[in-house]
Amino acid sequence: MLAAMFGEAWHAMGANRMRTALTMLGMVIGVGSVVLMMAIGQGAQYAVAQTISTMGSNLYIVVSGSTSASGVRTGSGFGPTLTVADADAITELDDITHVAPVHQGTQQLVYGAKNWSATIVGTTPSYLDARAWSIISGYAFSESDVRSATRVALVGKTVVENLFDKEDPVGKTIRIRQTPFTIIGVLGAKGQNLDGRDQDDTVIIPLTTAQRKVFGVPFAGSVRTIVLQASSAEAMPAVEKSVTALLRQRHRIREDADNDFYIRNLAAAADSAAETTRVMSLLLGAIASVSLLVGGIGIMNIMLVSVTERTREIGIRMAIGARQKDILTQFLLEAIMISIAGCLIGLILGIGGALLVNAITDMVIVISGGSVIVAFVVAAGVGVFFGFYPARKAAALDPIEALRYQ
Amino acid sequence: MSAAVIRVSGLAKSYVTAAGLFPALKGVNLTIQRGEFVAVMGASGSGKSTFMNLLGCLDTPTDGDYYLVERNVGHMPSDELATLRNRTIGFVFQGFNLLPRMSLEDNVALPLVYSHIEREPRREQARRMLAKVGLEGYAQSLPARISGGQQQRVAIARALINTPQLILADEPTGNLDSHTSEEIMALFEELNNEGITIILVTHEADIAAHAKRQVRFLDGHIVSDIPTPGKEAASC
Repeated sequence: MLAAMFGEAWHAMGANRMRTALTMLGMVIGVGSVVLMMAIGQGAQYAVAQTISTMGSNLYIVVSGSTSASGVRTGSGFGPTLTVADADAITELDDITHVAPVHQGTQQLVYGAKNWSATIVGTTPSYLDARAWSIISGYAFSESDVRSATRVALVGKTVVENLFDKEDPVGKTIRIRQTPFTIIGVLGAKGQNLDGRDQDDTVIIPLTTAQRKVFGVPFAGSVRTIVLQASSAEAMPAVEKSVTALLRQRHRIREDADNDFYIRNLAAAADSAAETTRVMSLLLGAIASVSLLVGGIGIMNIMLVSVTERTREIGIRMAIGARQKDILTQFLLEAIMISIAGCLIGLILGIGGALLVNAITDMVIVISGGSVIVAFVVAAGVGVFFGFYPARKAAALDPIEALRYQ
Repeated sequence: MSAAVIRVSGLAKSYVTAAGLFPALKGVNLTIQRGEFVAVMGASGSGKSTFMNLLGCLDTPTDGDYYLVERNVGHMPSDELATLRNRTIGFVFQGFNLLPRMSLEDNVALPLVYSHIEREPRREQARRMLAKVGLEGYAQSLPARISGGQQQRVAIARALINTPQLILADEPTGNLDSHTSEEIMALFEELNNEGITIILVTHEADIAAHAKRQVRFLDGHIVSDIPTPGKEAASC
C-alpha cells in the first residue's frame, strides 16, 4: 500500500517537473543556508575555543598600578609597586595553583648574522604551567636557574623560524642586548591570542636574569605583572577578593585609597569572545531558519494548488474506495517527499558551499553530524507541518462535489 | 436463488439550500434482485441522480433505510462506506473518469490499491480485466491515446476488477456516438448474462431498451416501474 503511494507521489512530482523543482528550491535554499550558516558559526566558535585554550585557563593577571612623580602619571604596569615577595605571598593563599611574577618587554635578538625582535618574558617555571605551555624539544629552566640568574632561554616557534633555518636551536647561543643566552628548549606552538598577537614570537628567560641583564629595574625584586591561576572557574571570584585584600594589606593602602594595582581577568575576555561567536552563530542559524520557513510555506502553497487542481482525481479515488486516510496519506507523502528531496539537495549544496568557503577564505568550517541531522529532521517536519493542512483539505472533500468538479 | 442486492424503503434526501430545505427524494421504495438489469430514467431534477448517489454510498439519506446486500448502510461511517464502494460496487461514469497520468493497467488496478493487494497480482488481474473488455495489448497506454469507447471499456474493466455485486453506470453512453454506444451496451448485456447486477442511469429510450426493467423518476418519486417491452420473458 505504502509502496504504491510512494510510486504515485513520485508520479505526481514528475507530472509537473518545473513546479516540483521550484517548490523544492525553497527547501534547497532553506536547508542549504542552514547547513552553511551552522558550519560557519560552529567554525567560528571552534576557532575561538582553540585560541582560548592556548591562553591557559582560569588566569588572573595582576598589573602594577600607575605612579605619579612631579605630576607626571605613568601608565599601568610601570609603577614599581609589585614585587616578587608579593608573588610569593599570593602563593600561600587558598585555591591558587600557580603564581608567576612576570617582567616582559620587546628586545632585539641576534644569532650569528641574523637578528629579530621578539617579546622577552622574564618569569619563573610556574609561568609555563599556568599558561599550559609545552616544551617540544630540550627542557625548561628550573627554580635554581631563577635563583642564580643563569643565562638560559626557551624560544617560541616564530623565533626559531626567523633565526634558525634548519638548525636545531637547542644548545645554540643567542644574544639579547649583548648578553649571550644558551637556548635550552623550544616552546610548543600556540598561534595567535585573542588580540591577534603571535604568541609564538616569544623568548622565555629566568625572571632574575631578565631584570639584571635585559630590562633593569628601578628597585630590586619589583615586577610589572604577576600571573596567577585559580584552581577552578568557580574559585575565581574568591581568589580575586583574597588577592586584592592581601595586596592592599601588604602595600599598606588606607581604607579610602585606591588600589595601586589592577587585577585583570583573562577568562572574562575569553568568555565575551566565546559569547560573541555563540550569538553570531545563533543569529546566522535564525536567519537561515527563516528561509527554511519560507520554503515550507512554498510547499503548502503548491500543495493547496495541487489539491484544487486534482479535485476530480480525488473524487474518482474516493468513488472507487479510497478512504479519507488514504487521500490524506497520499498528499502528505507528496509534501514530505518534496521536502526531503529538497533537503537532500540542500545538504549537498550547503556542505559543498561550506567546503568552498573554507577553500577560498581559510575560514574554519565545522560540519557536525548533529547539524546535518537537525536540518534533515526539521525539513521532514516542515513537510509534515505544511503538508498537513492541504492534505486534510483534500481528505475532507465531499466525493459527490469532487466528482462533479470541472 | 433470488436475493435482494438492493432493498430501499422510504428513502428520502433533502438538501439545505438558500431557499430552505429542498426535498430531492421523497420516500422511495424499490427492491432489486441479484442479476437484474435496471434502467433508471427521468428528467434532470427528478431525483434520479440523488438516488444513484445514495445507492452508490457516496451520500447518506436523510430518512429511510437502504440495505445493500442485506446490510443497512443508512448511517455507516465514511470509512465503511469507502470499503463498500471499493468491494461491493463498481462505478462507470459518463465522463469515463480515468486518471490521465496513469497507464491503463494502473487505472484498472487502482481499486485494488485501496484493498491492499500487492503489486504483481494487481497487474495480473488488471491485464485480465483489460482482456475481458477487449483491450489486451493496451496495458501501458495512457488514456489520452485511445478513443472514447475504449476509455469507457477501461472504466468498465476498473469497475469489474474487485468482482462487485453491483455495477452503477451513470449515463455511460452520454459522451459516445451511437455505434460505440451500442458496443458498450452489448458489453453490459454480456456482463449481465454472466450474473452481474447492473443499474444504469439514462434518459435515452433506446439505451434503456437494453435493460430488462425500467424505473422512471419524477419529482422525487418513482412514477413507473415496468419490465422492458419485449424483454418480459427474460426478466426474473
